[in-house]
Amino acid sequence: MSRWMRLGLPVAAVVLALVFSGVVATLVLLFTGDDVVGFWRVLFTWPSERDLVDIINMTAILYLSGAAAAIGFRMNLFNIGVEGQYRLAGLFAGAFAAQGLLPGKLNVAAAILVAMAVGALWAGIAGVLRVWRGVSEVISTIMLNAIAGSLIGFLLVKWGESTGNARNTKMMPEDSWTGFFRLFPDVSDGAYHLSLLAPLVGIAFFILVYYTRFGFDLRAAGASESAAVSSGVSVKKMIVVSMLLSGAVAGLIGVPMMFSEAHQYGSAFQTGLGFTGIAVALLGRNHPMGIAFGALIFAFLGQQANLLNILAGVSPDIVNMTQGIIVLSVVIAFEVIRRLATRIEQRQVATQLDAERQGDTALKGASA
Amino acid sequence: MSAPVASTAPVTTPSSQWQRRLRVRNLTLIAIVGFALLSLVRVITGAQELTSAGTIQAALTSSIPIAMAGLGGLWSERAGIVNIGLEGMMILGTFGAGYFGYHYGSIAGILGAIVLGMIGGLLHGIATVYFGVDHIVSGVAINIIALGAAGFLAETYFTGLEGGGPTQSPPLPAPMTINVDFLDNPLASIEAKQWFFVSDFAGLLRVFVNDLPVLTILCLALFVLTFWVLWRTKFGLRLRSCGEEPAAAESLGVNVYNYKMIAVVISGGLSGLGGAFLAMVASSGFQVGQTGGRGYIGLAAMIFGNWRPGGLLLGSGLFGYTQALPLRREATVSIHALLLLVAILLLLVAAYQLWRKNTLQAVSGAVFGAAFLVWYLSTDVVPSDFTKMAPYVTTLLVLALASQRLRMPKADGLVYRRGSAG
Repeated sequence: MSRWMRLGLPVAAVVLALVFSGVVATLVLLFTGDDVVGFWRVLFTWPSERDLVDIINMTAILYLSGAAAAIGFRMNLFNIGVEGQYRLAGLFAGAFAAQGLLPGKLNVAAAILVAMAVGALWAGIAGVLRVWRGVSEVISTIMLNAIAGSLIGFLLVKWGESTGNARNTKMMPEDSWTGFFRLFPDVSDGAYHLSLLAPLVGIAFFILVYYTRFGFDLRAAGASESAAVSSGVSVKKMIVVSMLLSGAVAGLIGVPMMFSEAHQYGSAFQTGLGFTGIAVALLGRNHPMGIAFGALIFAFLGQQANLLNILAGVSPDIVNMTQGIIVLSVVIAFEVIRRLATRIEQRQVATQLDAERQGDTALKGASA
Repeated sequence: MSAPVASTAPVTTPSSQWQRRLRVRNLTLIAIVGFALLSLVRVITGAQELTSAGTIQAALTSSIPIAMAGLGGLWSERAGIVNIGLEGMMILGTFGAGYFGYHYGSIAGILGAIVLGMIGGLLHGIATVYFGVDHIVSGVAINIIALGAAGFLAETYFTGLEGGGPTQSPPLPAPMTINVDFLDNPLASIEAKQWFFVSDFAGLLRVFVNDLPVLTILCLALFVLTFWVLWRTKFGLRLRSCGEEPAAAESLGVNVYNYKMIAVVISGGLSGLGGAFLAMVASSGFQVGQTGGRGYIGLAAMIFGNWRPGGLLLGSGLFGYTQALPLRREATVSIHALLLLVAILLLLVAAYQLWRKNTLQAVSGAVFGAAFLVWYLSTDVVPSDFTKMAPYVTTLLVLALASQRLRMPKADGLVYRRGSAG
């Protein structure tokens, strides 16, 4: 198959899926008698500078979440537990940073390591259960999500303090606060300093998957476990390591916002990002660049959705629904393309073989 | 696999029948022994709420939605389709109950919930069966779609209605309940005596004679029906053969795609029914976020129950009970008493393992049992978060320790393409 097709088909699939999802959303809005024109106008308005900042920050956060899910997907592992991993990691990182054991930014770096370690350990439980007892990681990570929720509630009571109705960890010392990259002179906030973690993770992910022995083994084992085993890859080790890596990246999800804005773990900590990350990874085909694209689309849609209620009187949940439809139609489109590509390739090989055979007989005829 | 898969009734050799009877008897025995232990703990600790009629009723109410989701999972996984989308189908069900229940009455509400759940199942089926999308991926997407759709539709249709709002439906008419008044008073007086087992059993019976929702009976009947259809009819055997060995099934003339579609649509309908129960019986209307992950818990209960209806029912009961207990009055006392129950259970397991001459298991059981006993004796309060955590930890432990005994359908979660039989 030509290079053009290999690149063009997935892009076409994504575009097709986006268009299809848009059509479905339009039909739903027509059915409920909502303001369709207003919906599209809001969606395609160029965001204000303030909103652009939010979109950039959300893209970085969703990128981390998507990368965490994608590392698992590459090994055919469904880390549904990103949600629990990053929340637990956020709590530990927040509680650790609040202690102020280390001065200034050293404290931040240590807290980031704590977050990665907690995320990795929580995911590692599922990895170990998988290789040691054959427990499906899907079900164990779902259980671990629920357990993490209760554990966080318990630990917040133990370590945290009450402010009004909410419980939070203590404020971290001010020299451990990270600031913003000012993007626009008129907007006081900017991109979180730690949103730089997203491109760093992206580059590391890219190098790891495409330029290391581990990455090669990972791709091999993900593509065909039996082939990988027969060429000497320890699948058990790969499963545990990918789960640990996935969890470590998941641990970072809550970090950028917490250190730049909230300065504590608690009610301001955004939940639900883990599940969105799964969708983002699927949209980006688990590729470091693709995930960035997926994260941007979801961040953009999420931000525009906030305006729907005010400007068009449409419930922003229509965008959440559309996001789900995008994911489903993208994976269906990819699957259709995969089948199509296989068929095209088969036909090409068949014609080539035919041509060779005819050439052979012609040669034989000539020699005889 | 032998030839008569598609053509004859289930194999009923004497030994397999005996095994099956044994299994049913085992489950009943486990349930009775468990209940007796609970009663014993109540007598020792004086935590009357452990087995009061009110607690059992609350436990039943929180078990049924989990059980329905689990039953949905059972149907689809028996046909080889993993269904993470149960949660989403349940969400659609809660909305369906809210919308149709408010406008057209409770029966329409129940039917609407089932139909909306079925639509979710249909979507999952089309994606996984015809397009060969990974089952988990499709399920995750359906959960996102359903959550968004229910939120959107609720805001569109319930805003401005009296008692309704963007995140909740107006109060729904309560579905029918059954009362057997003449039995309730004598049973109540027995329960008040606080006798060992007898009073607890009277409390249990009271739940079934006092305001028992018809929907509860229907849901429990569906368990019997499911068992009968899946394990006693040709249709069921063919459906299960699609989950075990689809290529063999197809070679014998079973239309694998059709059976998988039927199974996953039924699965959606059952989850939707669970949603209806949640919106109409367990509370008085639809609310956004009402399912609270019960679809996932149902899936866990099904695995806990080894992909069988009886075990699933037991698992749902366990989840439902631990969900309901912290919300009852005197919750701290009851939850603390549960520590003693866990200690006794672990010590019993230790004794059993000793009898089986598994020294290692016996020792570890005894150590953990003793630890729980010490915990019970040395404290007065257990943080309620631990109780919430308990069913999940239990499930993880069961999976980790008994995963060798669990057997999921052989082709569960695998994408099957028509014509693979060659």
